[in-house]
Amino acid sequence: MKYTPHTAADVQHILETIGVNSVDALFDDIPAAIRNPKIDIPAGLDEFGVLKHMKDLSAKNTSLEVMPSFLGGGMRHHFQPSVVDALTFQSSFVTAYTPYQPEVSQGELQAMFEYQSMIAALTGLDVSNSSLYDGATGVAEAALLAMRQTNRSTVLISHGVHPEYRETLNTFLECVRAKMIPLELDGSLTPLTTVDPDVAAVIVQNPNFLGSLEDMKALARAAHEAGALFIAVVDPLSLAVVQCPADYGADIAVGDGQVIGNALNFGGPAYGFIAVTEALMRQLPGRIVGATKDSDGRRGFALTLQAREQHIRRAKAKSNICSNHALMALQSAIYLSSMGPQGLREVAIASAVMAGRLEVMMTGLGLELVTQGKFLNEFAVKLPKPAAEIRAELARHGVHACVPVPVTYGFGHAGIFAATELTTDADISQLEAALKAVLSA
Amino acid sequence: MTAILEQTKKHQDDYPLIFERSKAGRRGAVPPQANLADGVNLEMLLGADNLRVRKLELPEVSELDLVRHYTGLANRQMSVDKNFYPLGSCTMKYNPKVNEAAAAHFTQLHPYQDPSTAQGALELLHNLARDLAQITGMDAVTLQPAAGAHGEFTGILMIRKYFESLGELETRRVVIVPDAAHGTNPATAIMAGFEVLEIPGNDKGEVDFAALEAALGTHVAAIMLTNPNTLGIFETRILEISQRARDFGIQLYYDGANTNAIVGRARPGDMGFDVIHLNLHKTFTVPHGGGGPGTGPVGVKKHLEPFLPTPVIGRLDDGVYGLEFDRPQSIGRVRSFYGNFGNLVRAYTYIRALGAEGLHDVSSMAVLNANYLRVKFGQIGFETAYSRINMHEFVAVPPKGMRTLDIAKAMLDHGIHPMTVYFPLVVPEAMMVEPTETESLETMDAFVEVMDTILRRAKSEAGYLEGAPYTTVVRRLDEVTAAKRPVLTYKKLAAAK
Repeated sequence: MKYTPHTAADVQHILETIGVNSVDALFDDIPAAIRNPKIDIPAGLDEFGVLKHMKDLSAKNTSLEVMPSFLGGGMRHHFQPSVVDALTFQSSFVTAYTPYQPEVSQGELQAMFEYQSMIAALTGLDVSNSSLYDGATGVAEAALLAMRQTNRSTVLISHGVHPEYRETLNTFLECVRAKMIPLELDGSLTPLTTVDPDVAAVIVQNPNFLGSLEDMKALARAAHEAGALFIAVVDPLSLAVVQCPADYGADIAVGDGQVIGNALNFGGPAYGFIAVTEALMRQLPGRIVGATKDSDGRRGFALTLQAREQHIRRAKAKSNICSNHALMALQSAIYLSSMGPQGLREVAIASAVMAGRLEVMMTGLGLELVTQGKFLNEFAVKLPKPAAEIRAELARHGVHACVPVPVTYGFGHAGIFAATELTTDADISQLEAALKAVLSA
Repeated sequence: MTAILEQTKKHQDDYPLIFERSKAGRRGAVPPQANLADGVNLEMLLGADNLRVRKLELPEVSELDLVRHYTGLANRQMSVDKNFYPLGSCTMKYNPKVNEAAAAHFTQLHPYQDPSTAQGALELLHNLARDLAQITGMDAVTLQPAAGAHGEFTGILMIRKYFESLGELETRRVVIVPDAAHGTNPATAIMAGFEVLEIPGNDKGEVDFAALEAALGTHVAAIMLTNPNTLGIFETRILEISQRARDFGIQLYYDGANTNAIVGRARPGDMGFDVIHLNLHKTFTVPHGGGGPGTGPVGVKKHLEPFLPTPVIGRLDDGVYGLEFDRPQSIGRVRSFYGNFGNLVRAYTYIRALGAEGLHDVSSMAVLNANYLRVKFGQIGFETAYSRINMHEFVAVPPKGMRTLDIAKAMLDHGIHPMTVYFPLVVPEAMMVEPTETESLETMDAFVEVMDTILRRAKSEAGYLEGAPYTTVVRRLDEVTAAKRPVLTYKKLAAAK
């Protein structure tokens, strides 16, 4: 297929205008030795052929629409009202560029301003940027922010933070020779510890990777007593019912936005959100939209505080980040507006209630919970054999379930199970039957 | 007051915020099993200390309000589907609809579902990495990075790890970037713990070879180049540059922002580059989405393969695809999960549709179009920064006395998105024009006519340019006050009223 419009006559006309004989002549600057290499990829297909190929590939997957899912661990399958995709994937949003020309980008800019306002409302903090790549890089950006702000180069991170986020943070910190001190869990909970005076930030996730709701107030206090910032890694859906970062004095809230309105997309794209107190506003990485007036006095929106960014500051920028995940943030804002405070609360509570029923079923099978204290919609259980094996066998029995807990947590074999408002009693019965078969095998 | 019946008004009033349409108690969607929330005892369920204290101030609107609101916002937004976007270095080409149709088949997959239930997705990733390696002349590709800048970071970290493995990291402290480079290049080098040395260009718009050569040594870790460069000019001495870099063991990094100029016709791997990133949202038609999500795969030569971020998509002999995590020399993780998969599906669809022949046609027509506009721009009174055949874009400057920003604003009244302005920084009043291959002769001619009209009117009518735009939903915005006294949320905006 081709998406180029020129007829042969068009090409001829253009060549004559330029004053060259052939299209090839336009490429004479490329050394002859490396021109027109053989590229060994399959031949192009027509549109029907492409779609057939893509459907054939898709048929080799078993999606969450055909098999119930109890998968969590950073992403979950939630209900998406039809209106969300209908409005998000309008081509005006999908095919727009970054709103550097505000007069013709008020749609995108206002939508991002509204998104920022919603993230601020959820977290209770003052300021949000217009999104980052994902939760993992969000944690890394938050840690770097805290290091800039405090002029300290050590971060203390709870093992309750998602392992992939911690690995990502490690990658970002290693190269600037910053130190990352792990805070081992006591059971499934982050223990209170004294924070050394060289620590820039204490990073705790709530609910944590194992599902436990942490004592965020006490942990935040411990951070602040040492002059460190407190970074809360939060599940944004949980904030409909669970205490929000501002409730316990967090300086920075970060997380992954998938659970509030993005499709799973096999792990991406979703988006990362970051919100901070007013005091940290000018340290934020990434694009930020602000309200202002036009020359006729009308309200308008524009990218602002750009002096933080790489296209202005180059080597002195707060981050190298250029793009955001605007379309996914927009999708989330539309989801949040569609749900409203009541709908979001219902989603969170229905998930929690179904998770409680799931727990009853699983403990009834004799499985022991790793997760201590209260949990919202996910918990981990000990397993008699590797979680990945059980996951594979459950899949053969028609259920997506059992996210492996890395053995480094010290629980032996363990897996995470999650429920959402989509989880029905029938799904739980189906999982029960599958688990019985798998565990007795 | 805000305009509730916005379709009947002509931009006289502020377009309402979704929060300003909110009314306590009004509802849109009702989630499944909402009734489970009835009469629930949250203290019991979650523990009193764990509960949210603050009111949750989200908008409360009906579904129709929601539809009107976001449809109205879409109407207040330029886009490639509605407008010509000759935005240099951004490659705002047409985003094929079949890509979107294909991607819709792959949205409901969880990153942690058992790999046996995601074989199609893993096969796609494996094949896409293989195709991109072929297209760029590299040996291995990671699909993880979420954007170009993220790809740069990933690539530079691999270079870092490579020198660490050789015991040379302590001595190789410098990353060289041309002064015309994208701002992300120096910012990335700093983020990865290196020092930056900028080198100038010459009067042909290429890197000053002598200055570059003088800067080389065993204290240099990498040179980051864009080729064609940000002036739209191919670095004709690229093979000499890569040879000199090799002489000192320096790694050559290719910023793939301008790949649209050469795709199918030349490969960075053949030019001697060790690491490259691609912007799939430019060359490979992933839509820009109003700023993202992008996708920035990184390709490397064999010697850097051990350092790829985890996980790597593997294929066993029996044809089963899986994820490899056990790679002791890896730089580690650069993000969660496996990359912006949804975008990778779109790029893969595009490559399947075009094949090598179609890709060759892409760069051919992109370069043809850019040269046509360069010549036409010269005819109507713009100066082009370097008078030579350019690649997929060119840099022009307006006639003396006119400001690039003003011309850009005047274009908005004609429904054309401005070119990239004031970049590269090395050309004062730069306007960087990139038409892409998907624009027709008629569109380009109409564009030239608009530019001609703007110049003529500017010459004959004092104040015209400075006052533009006139017909957009808002006019020039006070960005100085916006930055001085930032209002970043509705709450703050409402409090100020």
